[in-house]
Amino acid sequence: MTLTLRSGSKTYPDGTVALTPTDLHVKPGEIISLLGPPGCGKTTLLRLVAGLERPDKGSEIWFGEDNVTHLPVEKRKVGMVFQSYALFPNMSVRRNIGYGLKMQKLPVEEIDRRVAEVLALCQLEPYADRSVTALSGGQRQRVALARAFAPRPRILLLDEPLSALDAALRDRLRDELAGLLRTFGITAIFVTHDQDEAMAIADRVVVMSHGRIVQTGTPEELYRNPNSPFVASFVGQAMEIDGRIEGNRLVTPAGETLCLPRSGIGSTVFVRAEDVRITDDGPLSARVESVTFLGTHYRVGLAGIASRTIFALYAGKSAPAVASTVRITIDPATLMLLSAKDEMK
Amino acid sequence: MSSRVFVQLCFVPMFVFVLAFLALPLVRLVMSSGESPAGWAIYWQILATPRYLNSLLQTVGVSFAVTLAALAISTTTGLFLARNRFAGRGLVLSVLTLPLAFPGVVIGFLIILLGGRQGLFSQLTSGNVVFAYSMFGLFLGYLYFSIPRVLLTVMAATEKLDPSLEEAARSLGAGPTRVIIDVILPGLAPSLVAAGAIAFATAMGAFGTAFTLATNIDVLPMVIYTEFTLSANIAMASALSVALGIVTWLLLVIARTFTGHTAAAGGG
Amino acid sequence: MRISMARTLQIVVTILTCAFLLVPTLQSVLAGVTVNYFRGLSSGLTFQWISQVWDLYMDSIFLSIWLAITCLVCTLLIGVPAAYGLARRPGWASRVLEEFVSLPLAVPGLALALALLQLYGSMRGFRTSWTFILAGHVLYTLPFMIRSVLAVLSSMDLKTLEEGAASLGASPWQRFRDVVIPNAMPGILAGSLTVVTLSIGEFNLTWMLHTPYLKTLPVGLADSYASMRLEIASAYTLVFFIIIVPLLMAMQWASQRAQRIGK
Repeated sequence: MTLTLRSGSKTYPDGTVALTPTDLHVKPGEIISLLGPPGCGKTTLLRLVAGLERPDKGSEIWFGEDNVTHLPVEKRKVGMVFQSYALFPNMSVRRNIGYGLKMQKLPVEEIDRRVAEVLALCQLEPYADRSVTALSGGQRQRVALARAFAPRPRILLLDEPLSALDAALRDRLRDELAGLLRTFGITAIFVTHDQDEAMAIADRVVVMSHGRIVQTGTPEELYRNPNSPFVASFVGQAMEIDGRIEGNRLVTPAGETLCLPRSGIGSTVFVRAEDVRITDDGPLSARVESVTFLGTHYRVGLAGIASRTIFALYAGKSAPAVASTVRITIDPATLMLLSAKDEMK
Repeated sequence: MSSRVFVQLCFVPMFVFVLAFLALPLVRLVMSSGESPAGWAIYWQILATPRYLNSLLQTVGVSFAVTLAALAISTTTGLFLARNRFAGRGLVLSVLTLPLAFPGVVIGFLIILLGGRQGLFSQLTSGNVVFAYSMFGLFLGYLYFSIPRVLLTVMAATEKLDPSLEEAARSLGAGPTRVIIDVILPGLAPSLVAAGAIAFATAMGAFGTAFTLATNIDVLPMVIYTEFTLSANIAMASALSVALGIVTWLLLVIARTFTGHTAAAGGG
Repeated sequence: MRISMARTLQIVVTILTCAFLLVPTLQSVLAGVTVNYFRGLSSGLTFQWISQVWDLYMDSIFLSIWLAITCLVCTLLIGVPAAYGLARRPGWASRVLEEFVSLPLAVPGLALALALLQLYGSMRGFRTSWTFILAGHVLYTLPFMIRSVLAVLSSMDLKTLEEGAASLGASPWQRFRDVVIPNAMPGILAGSLTVVTLSIGEFNLTWMLHTPYLKTLPVGLADSYASMRLEIASAYTLVFFIIIVPLLMAMQWASQRAQRIGK
């Protein structure tokens, strides 16, 4: 199913604008991630699509050929996975998953058959008759997903589905979730504040900030061609190199010169840690502030390049000593020159 | 039907009931208190007439005494029961809390069994000690229903006290008595004020116990009762009821601001 | 082990308090089954007083049970939806409403009874019917039901649970039936036991509202204390204890359970 949102916006009764008029188009079978910091409007957008919030006048929400703008959530045929899962504690796993089918007034045998199918798909058979209060976090998450998916919704909506889990489990379940969503082959929108999650699961990532969409693209596009300092630093943690820009060159606060790929007038220069290389003959010098061992590589904090610490990923066998001075090379092609004028306050 | 309409419908039964059996009757009560020849000055008459004023002072006096006694007793036993585990503790707890829902009349009767003419003390002293129908009997009756209420509040509050505070005080060298004075009682203070307010309000409004015992003591509820049924002085009965109701309600509002929970008086 | 002064005091006070609460209760139980209380246990044990109580006050006992059941039905029908409404629409209006409904907890029953009598006393048919007493009992017990259910409802994430059900296609009524009621059950149970216990023991309101033909159990008790011999009064009190004590214990068990769930 295609989802089309036309100038969808939401203003709360107290005047807070949670979402400024926004357009969004999701193709059938596409998995979209809404990414942004807390309070950026991503959850509001999801709840508008779900029908859990009433949009402002002028907003339109289309599910394929159906205008669902004024339908309440129970009539929209959406599947929703909540941050807290919202599993019904008074029902077993099986009854939770079968609840949506029961609401569709399907015959009992049909419900049993489809619940069994979904249980198998989500590998929940051993827990089918347990109480949901007796499940681990990861199992609950799967039940929530199974329950949302069982009634064959037109679209699956997931609100920070992994945030209630602890870090180790989250990484494993992220891949599992991505796999299940592909198996379902369903149109899905999922909200997250974690860029790794968004990158891992989504076909297309929608970055939001201050109640509006800042950039939309595949994970690769967002990473390689961010359109604003906000996206560059939010996706992949690009670091700003400040200093004086003179045409094709940037003079760092320490007075050293860095070549730019093109004229940088009116731009801010960003670099990612993997593009900051520690070499013997680099044109820049920096003092090592901190060294963190991360297994496959070191993360080295460097002072003296920009006003703030610039990090470099270093893959050598042994890291440079703290407080030593090193030479740095940055390939001009890897620098991102971003105009600050679109930036929101 | 939308969710909003459904939630609004949920209020309808309560709304109708409360309007018919609480709001309108209370308005009627207030109106009739002003229908005597004295008009609204009737509230001034309560203070100006010695009979009513005495009854008011007596009621406040006995309620206050009961409150203090109940606080002292219940805090002592409450701390003991909350901090010690022993065989039969559950039984003791049941004995101390079961009178919670005994109606006032039954408690009055129990006091008669203790201190009446055929009571335990009378039998033990061959008829010399009879206190059930005196102020002391009333005091004991009120104490009987106040102890469980205060005890439950104190124990709930004690269980919420952070045990590491006590441990910290002991690690700094405080003995058991000092720990109670310096750590436990200050920690319990808000709950004690709340429990005291509940006990006071309940005692002020207690009717059943007084009805069974008070042959010659004019506590306020008994005065209201006699004004209404015997003297047919409906305006004064209403005025006294309104005054009593406002006082007990205010006390419970105070109690709640101290604990954050609404307490229930009533019974007695 | 050395026992401190404070501890000795605590133990003594606890024992004395237990004795104060327990001794008269046991006395009344004994007196109710003793042939002649004044002569003591040596006069022998008997059930004659209890059977006399049964003959004299059977109607009162049944009236009280009937009142308690109907009162429970009313508080369930009024209180459970109201608690749900209050939980769903928190705000100053709900707080004022809750405070107002809770007035019967604070205002003495006598004052409420006077208010009811003055407004409805002239409606003879209603005034002399058992439903008049019922109105008083519902008025007094309703806040307990509302609070008990509201406490459980506010301790769970009601809004999200309902959104979950709604996203699966459940209408408001289906959500109320399938999600709200089953999860509020511990509160409803605790509230129900409280309502029944309080209704059976209610005296202050009932004494004012009753008519000579409609005596409830506690009204009958007051009557027996005033006019019957001590043994019969005791036997009647014993009957009352037999009804009320199991209810009380069940009520305390259910309330603690609801509170645990509430945490």
